[in-house]
Amino acid sequence: MLVLITYDVNTETEAGKKRLRKVAKICVNYGQRVQNSVFECVMDPALCCTVKHKLEQVINPEKDSLRFYYLGDHYRTKIEHFGAKPTFNVEDPLIV
Amino acid sequence: MRILGNTLYVTTPDAYLSLDGENIVIQKGGNELRRIPLHNLDGIVAFGYTGASPALMGACAERGVALSFLTMHGRFLARVCGMKQGNVLLRKEQYRVSDSEEKSLAIAKGMITGKLFNSRWVIERAARDYALRLNTEKLKHVSSLIAESLKQISATKTLDELRGIEGEAATCYFSVLDDLILQQKEQFFFRTRNRRPPMDNVNALLSFVYTLLAHDTAAALETVGLDPYVGFLHRDRPGRMSLALDMMEEFRPIFADRFVLTLINTRQVSSDGFVQKENGAVLIADDTRKKILIAWQGRKQEFITHPMLNEKIEWGLVPYSQALLLARYLRGDLDAYPPFLWK
Repeated sequence: MLVLITYDVNTETEAGKKRLRKVAKICVNYGQRVQNSVFECVMDPALCCTVKHKLEQVINPEKDSLRFYYLGDHYRTKIEHFGAKPTFNVEDPLIV
Repeated sequence: MRILGNTLYVTTPDAYLSLDGENIVIQKGGNELRRIPLHNLDGIVAFGYTGASPALMGACAERGVALSFLTMHGRFLARVCGMKQGNVLLRKEQYRVSDSEEKSLAIAKGMITGKLFNSRWVIERAARDYALRLNTEKLKHVSSLIAESLKQISATKTLDELRGIEGEAATCYFSVLDDLILQQKEQFFFRTRNRRPPMDNVNALLSFVYTLLAHDTAAALETVGLDPYVGFLHRDRPGRMSLALDMMEEFRPIFADRFVLTLINTRQVSSDGFVQKENGAVLIADDTRKKILIAWQGRKQEFITHPMLNEKIEWGLVPYSQALLLARYLRGDLDAYPPFLWK
């Protein structure tokens, strides 16, 4: 299934900047960065739980926000893209 | 059943594959071409002299992502094998069976039965679908010859006898493969099977697709804990994936040959996508190879109902399901190895 992960990490303090880097690093590991703090991850529910847990450990719930959108298996019809930053689908044939 | 992951094909000549966190990163000249999370992949096939970092190879071996290196023209060079996954007891049983002619024969019979059955149905199906365009009598005749060979299989006493029957049936089968090519007959024709190097377009396609199939089959065998190098019908030889080749026999006609025929008959490939060398060898050009890989990936994602498991799975998981059944037979959970019979 496709899970969209978005976040807003408060970077007013040094600790916040550190959290931002950590959150970004975890997201990069499991998905494609489609915009600065928006990630598209194709993963199964088990892996999704793992990622969620990892992220929850890092953020500060009082200052940061983290959102998961579950787009299911038939996500292709639910996404439209305009403009720069072209993306690819990890379930299509991958030829580089 | 397992989820079918994607396969990454790297055809950019001087790309470098490296690992960053959980991602595989493909670079060329310092630029990042693509970044893909490893958990989305089942396999990576690199063409040409692509480099890969040891860290990436390690990560692939650890996560069971099959990493193979092929020459620019699709000939197999090397693959990364990690610490053996799965059960030692299963592998030891596989070696014991492989050492015993009698036990090997039992499995090999199943595999060849599958091959002949499937090749027969490729012909029967073509005869039925294109009854007006094809020489149905010839096809029916060949099909009945293969049916005869099928009957002889159960009576064979030695592996050599079995190889004889298989060879005869294969000659029969290949004698009508040319008839099944319906389009572009001037450029695509099949006289006889030749390889190393392939001497015409169809043979070049067949060789290339067989290599892709071998990669997938070997990976499937490794996933269930079997050793792809120790076979039952094919003899052991250093560097030869005998068991993968054994198991492929069932898939060749339905998976690879029909795929090649579809490519030609639907004009997805054309003769300008092939290059003939001075010595007669035919090579597949870059963009045609890309087209074939896209079509191959698409074919693997089509669904089929597995005749034995009665479960809807992707074509790409068929080698895996057969490997699973073979492992079950070796463990003693099944009375015989059930080949994949397509209809």
